[in-house]
Amino acid sequence: MSDRAGKTLSERVGALRPNPVVNTGLSLAPFVVAFALAMVVDTVVGPLVGATWTEILLDVGIAILLAGSLNVVNGYAGQFSLGHAGFMLLGGYAAAWLTFYGSMKFFGTWEPVGGFLGSGQLLFLGGCMLGGLVAAVFGVVVGLPSLRLRGDYLAIVTLGFGEIARVLGQITARQPKNVEQVAERSWWDLADNLGGAEGFSQIPNYTRLFFVYLFVFILLILAYRLKYSSKGRALLAVRENEIAAEAMGIDTTRAKVSAFVMSAFFAGIGGALYAHRVGVLKPTELGFQKSIDLVIIVVIGGMGSITGVVLGAAILVILPELFREFSEYRMIAYALALVAVMLLRPQGIMGVKELWETSWWRKGVARLRGGKRGGA
Amino acid sequence: MAMLELDGVDVHYGGIHALRGVSLKVEAGEVVTLIGANGAGKTTTLRAISGLVRPTKGKVRFDGKDLTGVPAHQIVASGLVHAPEGRGIFSNMTVEENLDLGAFLRHDKTAVAKDREHALTLFPRLRERLAQNAGTLSGGEQQMLAIARALLSRPRLLLLDEPSLGLAPQIVATIFKIVRTIAAEGTTILLVEQNAHMALGVASRAYVLEVGEIVLQGPAAQLAKDDKIRKAYLGIHD
Repeated sequence: MSDRAGKTLSERVGALRPNPVVNTGLSLAPFVVAFALAMVVDTVVGPLVGATWTEILLDVGIAILLAGSLNVVNGYAGQFSLGHAGFMLLGGYAAAWLTFYGSMKFFGTWEPVGGFLGSGQLLFLGGCMLGGLVAAVFGVVVGLPSLRLRGDYLAIVTLGFGEIARVLGQITARQPKNVEQVAERSWWDLADNLGGAEGFSQIPNYTRLFFVYLFVFILLILAYRLKYSSKGRALLAVRENEIAAEAMGIDTTRAKVSAFVMSAFFAGIGGALYAHRVGVLKPTELGFQKSIDLVIIVVIGGMGSITGVVLGAAILVILPELFREFSEYRMIAYALALVAVMLLRPQGIMGVKELWETSWWRKGVARLRGGKRGGA
Repeated sequence: MAMLELDGVDVHYGGIHALRGVSLKVEAGEVVTLIGANGAGKTTTLRAISGLVRPTKGKVRFDGKDLTGVPAHQIVASGLVHAPEGRGIFSNMTVEENLDLGAFLRHDKTAVAKDREHALTLFPRLRERLAQNAGTLSGGEQQMLAIARALLSRPRLLLLDEPSLGLAPQIVATIFKIVRTIAAEGTTILLVEQNAHMALGVASRAYVLEVGEIVLQGPAAQLAKDDKIRKAYLGIHD
């Protein structure tokens, strides 16, 4: 019953499938919709809420992207990944490498150039895609051996992976910071110059609401489609009972690895957005603690619930901001809030349900409809 | 050619030698039962057949084709379906979603709808509970769901693992009646049971497994009269 809405939607989509024009339209639809929504956030919501809240919205968006991608693995497939920050770091490095050295080589400066979707921003978008792809490739490398097995191997392997990524980041070479030095060296030659322990700095500040929410909406739409598709059902089945899932004819390894790779891809993009927001990518900032923070968002929001993760990300980013006036006590208040949620709702705020699947939402909708009918 | 053939199958779990040279045959249209005590290796035998564990030695053949090394999900596609022990249902999903997953590999929607209707006719209790979470079903209903779901995979050979486990005698009788119906409709069944009395009642042939080895085999009716079996598995002393 709880999935009626999703099922009828997928059935409607399914009925349209045979037409190739409609087919292409449907595959492009998420990107078009995400683009439009991101424009709205950038041009309407941003100016409306002001500078401080724009900053907070950027952080919320990046958190949604990271926790939302983690949710596909930890929530849908029930596989515990503890190295999400590692993918974030790899994505951040790949993107920063492309935009910083690209800016130096092409534009002669590290500062952002060009207007909306101008050459600078296109370079940055390229960096985001590269970050996603690099993270996805490592997703295959990490996921394939550990997900072929049943059990908690993934947690251990991803934990190790995150630490290795951090340590390797710390031992990379110095970052040349003047145009001549960069110009005389090849791209490949610069691949190791990622700033070491001091971090990769002077990353052009391209991250703005549009880009963050473009990727957020793409992820949310894809995650929604996945959840109510047969592939998504297969993932939920794996999470519920892996042996039974296999007995149903589900290729469990394939399902888990594809979920993991999709998750790594978006974590890489999240890392790229993060790097171009902060301006400095420090490997120590994206260690185990960051991975745990992301797991907490997913657990608090509800494992497997898309709206839950959005709520969780918003709450866990905004809460410390609200407690800012209590300065030194704010982390205590934050920790207490976490404990309170876990005591009151151990399944997370939403459980596996989506907002529109909860009983109080339905009651509200029914009341609204009833009211309208009564009025007419 | 037998539909299913095991030829000297060995299975190891780490250092534990769980199956030793198990050989058995199931002909098309038969109901064969594998009985034995707890820990004899009955479930392991089924898992070795359906690809959930890998035999360390020996061969499993289905329709004459070697299944060793074929992944479990491909074995299902060939019509060999395993209804795992302990019901193995998806308890946080609804009964309906469980049934849908049974038809995961099938794309012929009308045939699936027909099979679903048929399964719900066999198990009317499930029809009343379609929208309910499977975890809230009673033990007997969960077992019914596991069998109904396996039927939706359209098995030619159905592996049933302890359908009587932990159920009241009355419900066991209902389930065995349905197993008989399924067999009568042409599905070949390999039934693993501790409840030897019920199992020997529906099967035409039986194998007895003890500590990983087949120690006895023959027509079910004959084994039911065997002194050793009566004492060890049927609890009859005379």
